[in-house]
Amino acid sequence: MAKYLLLKHYRGAPATVNDVPMDQWTPAEISAHMQYMRDFATRLEGTGEFVDGQALAPEGAWVRYDGEGRPPVTDGPFAETKDLIAGWMVIDVDSHDRAVELAGELSAAPGAGGKPIHEWLELRPFLSEPPTITE
Amino acid sequence: MDETLLRSLTPSVLGILVRRGIDFAAAEDAVQDALVEAVRVWPADPPRDPKGWLTTVAWRRFLDAARADAARRRREDLVEDEPAPGPAPTGDDTLQLYFLCAHPSLTPSSAVALTLRVVGGLTTRQIAHAYLVPEATMAQRISRAKRTVSGLRFDRPGDVATVLRVLYLVFNEGYSGAVDLAAEAIRLTRQLAAAIDHPEVAGLLALMLLHHARRAARTAPDGSLVPLAEQDRSRWDTRSIAEGVEILQAALARDQLGEFQAQAAIAALHADAPTAAETDWVQIVEWYDELARLTGNPVVRLNRAVAVGEADGPRAGLTALAAVDDALPRYTAVAAYLRERDGDLATAARLYAEAARQAPNLAERDHLTRQAARLNTLGRH
Repeated sequence: MAKYLLLKHYRGAPATVNDVPMDQWTPAEISAHMQYMRDFATRLEGTGEFVDGQALAPEGAWVRYDGEGRPPVTDGPFAETKDLIAGWMVIDVDSHDRAVELAGELSAAPGAGGKPIHEWLELRPFLSEPPTITE
Repeated sequence: MDETLLRSLTPSVLGILVRRGIDFAAAEDAVQDALVEAVRVWPADPPRDPKGWLTTVAWRRFLDAARADAARRRREDLVEDEPAPGPAPTGDDTLQLYFLCAHPSLTPSSAVALTLRVVGGLTTRQIAHAYLVPEATMAQRISRAKRTVSGLRFDRPGDVATVLRVLYLVFNEGYSGAVDLAAEAIRLTRQLAAAIDHPEVAGLLALMLLHHARRAARTAPDGSLVPLAEQDRSRWDTRSIAEGVEILQAALARDQLGEFQAQAAIAALHADAPTAAETDWVQIVEWYDELARLTGNPVVRLNRAVAVGEADGPRAGLTALAAVDDALPRYTAVAAYLRERDGDLATAARLYAEAARQAPNLAERDHLTRQAARLNTLGRH
């Protein structure tokens, strides 16, 4: 088994095909989208491949150490141009192909006009523990 | 095996042991041992006096542990001097435990965890699930909290306000996970109300009951939020409302108003309205004025602006809103709502979308996005 992170972006991902902001959809289209996302997570729980999913607020800041006795430096809220993560799902699957297949399904969630969003999701393998048998 | 009975007896048994001078952590271990023993023995041989049984067994377990420990800890003398187990006043012991678990030396998250563990008798795993943290993290949080309060003695009366704040936090955490924190908070507040006669304890219990009564109506089958005005009031729990109102009225009659009674009064006015349109908004505004006077909390003035909008019209609501700090959470959502009521749909839609971006949780974000979408859809027709 291998763990993969599916990253969804507020900003910074390549443009989607069905690129309409959600507040411009109809309420019914929003409901259909939410239902699709819920069904997807439920199905992955059912297949034993779901690990975790979380959403992030669009607001945040950069923070760094600024030396002994000084408070940390912060920079934010994020500038409009920055790459901005919206949330993630962690899956535990048998193969890279399966991870790609699932990411593709998630990207097909319906949006405006009930058509798939074709949203770009970032798929990142976890660095795993070293295996026990090495030769 | 009556788990509810066991859990309801736990705090007073623990309180008795601590009052006898046992270190808090050791007392807790002893009570846990006694509970395990009860689960094993009671089904076949139920005791006539469950609390006395638990106290005796816990006390013996403590003695065993203390004796085993004696060489290192030199506890023997203390043990021999302790009085034999016997009946002890219930209310006081339970009450002291509440004070201990909500002690001001604890952070809010520690006080919440310790209260649920020690007074509520939930397992560490259940508490970890409810707060969505790993079990090891919650175990550590609880054991640190125990260490913090271990040195404290039971001789000074605590401040009931600190206990109420902890119970309020538990209730407000909502319904995530397998443990119903809201129901647990009600149970603990009810138990507290039985141990101490205080109008604000009654006020908080009433507040919880009145909010809990709306629970079934608060979310749609698809999980989305249903605002108060659109809730199916036939799904409100009328028994819970009746109980809340009765408790509140008795508390208010004592004429020692506090913030929880005032909040409960607002909840009671909503509960009392057969339809949203029949809500007594004028009285609700008065209660918000009372709350603002009692607490000085700026969030109260934000909620008051909504009530003013209903009582005196959206223009008056917007005027009231203008005096509120626009950096407050949900300020934009309130502004959007009042703009919509005032007929300015384009501004309202823009504000709803902005409020959705600022929303503190997914349910609210989805709700606000839907509101924006609803108005934008209207605008296209």
